[in-house]
Amino acid sequence: MSLSKLEMEQLEARANRIRIEIIKIMGRFGYGHIGGSLSIAEMMAVLYFHELKVDPKNPKFEDRDRFILSKGHACFAQYVALAELGFISKEVLRHPYEVDSPMQAHPELGEFPGIEMTTGALGQGLSAGVGMAIGAKLRQKGIRVYVLLGDGEMDEGQVWEAIMLASKYRLDNLVALVDYNHFTLSGAIEEVMPLDPLSDKFRAFGWHTMEVDGHSVSQLVSALEAAREIKGKPTAIIATTVKGRGFAPLENKYESHAANISREQAADALRALGCPEQEIQQALF
Amino acid sequence: MSEQIAPRDVLGVTLIDLAQNDRDLIVLDADFHPASKLKPFKERFPERFIEVGIAEQNMMGVAAGLSTIGFKPFVCTVAAFCSRRACDQVMVSIALPRLNVKILGVYPGIFVGLNGATHQSLEDIAIMRALAHMTLLHPSDAWELQQVLKFATEFDQPMYVRVARDPVPRFIPEGYQFQLGRSFMLRQGDDVTLITYGELIGDTLDAAKLLESSGISARVIVMSSIKPIDEQAIIRAAEETRYIVTIDNHSVYGGVGSAVAEVVCEKSPAKVKRLGLRDRFGRSGSNEAMKKKFGLTAEDIAREVMDFCSR
Repeated sequence: MSLSKLEMEQLEARANRIRIEIIKIMGRFGYGHIGGSLSIAEMMAVLYFHELKVDPKNPKFEDRDRFILSKGHACFAQYVALAELGFISKEVLRHPYEVDSPMQAHPELGEFPGIEMTTGALGQGLSAGVGMAIGAKLRQKGIRVYVLLGDGEMDEGQVWEAIMLASKYRLDNLVALVDYNHFTLSGAIEEVMPLDPLSDKFRAFGWHTMEVDGHSVSQLVSALEAAREIKGKPTAIIATTVKGRGFAPLENKYESHAANISREQAADALRALGCPEQEIQQALF
Repeated sequence: MSEQIAPRDVLGVTLIDLAQNDRDLIVLDADFHPASKLKPFKERFPERFIEVGIAEQNMMGVAAGLSTIGFKPFVCTVAAFCSRRACDQVMVSIALPRLNVKILGVYPGIFVGLNGATHQSLEDIAIMRALAHMTLLHPSDAWELQQVLKFATEFDQPMYVRVARDPVPRFIPEGYQFQLGRSFMLRQGDDVTLITYGELIGDTLDAAKLLESSGISARVIVMSSIKPIDEQAIIRAAEETRYIVTIDNHSVYGGVGSAVAEVVCEKSPAKVKRLGLRDRFGRSGSNEAMKKKFGLTAEDIAREVMDFCSR
């Protein structure tokens, strides 16, 4: 089932909207994990608005698909997607980092509706996803489990423990997406800890792999669709992205990982994304 | 001598009993089931026995994921690796989201066979006690462990249970029923209260007998529920016996002695002496040799108590 041109454009618009909302929140607050949040906008759009079987009216229904954002610092992208879907009032998005707000710096299960696992200390999300996928198989449910990892967190040994276990249990209901934006907090992946050949590593551990442009909704849709047909092994989708995509001053810079953001910079970025001027003024000034 | 049973020896059979009536009970192992005596469970319920390999950190996360699907995961490996090795995974993936994962730490404290310092857990009580949302128990004997495991299946919160390696006699009284946050008294006494748990209960009782022959009346309290701790029993001891001595199978820093001292300091000041390992790591050796080395024999305990009470 391939998507029509119109449906693709709608998903692209969703991704653009996610980017706009992230920049509005971080621009107004003056700070945020902007780089890794913007790099996953298309993945959030395709997962939440196309792939995942979820229901904002019944967020805990038993047979729902599970999504874990293992790179928890990018959670503002997820919060925005969940609010756009109606899991929570958009009013909540006006309260980032507040001590009594569900919009904590890293996502917590039980805090924000639709969050399936507490993450933020890197390297832990895939293990939980493997547990969910094993559990879903034991329950003989058609639940599918998706885990989005950062490229930097692939340095954590626990990730590879989970990769081995997923292969051992032949978890064809599990998909790992890697946001390969090539930068960590402190520098370029190639300098901090080279990962290549990343697909080969997954394959050597018994996974099916695909490489896509992480900003192409059509490639993401096709890869996720193809993953459903893979039997007897889990699938890794290595999605090459641009860290900070849509925020020109910090695109492709490690400094975008967690950055101070001026309202003027945010306004410029929003204009470039086609955000109406009135909305920009209301959001930022 | 009455019948002695190693608590770990009843783990497999007790979990099989519980799993027969509870389709959600599932066990995770990190390559330790012959020693944690979970082989019978693996054979009886192979589909509900998840072998993750030597990967304790991953095991905690996998258990967390299983619990969100509605399972009741019991993860089991060496206490030192449950706590020190996988500390952050226990915090982030289990304690913070308050998931229903039961962590069984076998080989607690210094009693780890001949495995020595690397496998001894002198820090697990301190670590688990400091984690919010975590309940921490050290059952006295095989009989109390069976009650605790049953309780664990009905308690929908993170929990850490220390499971002793070596045989001990039955310490729980006739008709005893484990209750969270409740200690039990094995001996009345008016001069000093000895507070301990698990493997050192026998030595502590023997110390109380030695003290009696020296004219010191020692109360013995068993603190199986370490968190929450039985504050009332501690306050009563502080009010009624003047002196309290704790005997820890753990470091004195952050162990049950620290937990008792915290209650005493805040609620009812009294003199507290903590026995256990003090700013040192363990050694390999026989249990008896280690008790001698670390000053935890009945004679050592009695001598320390007499010295303390004469001040």
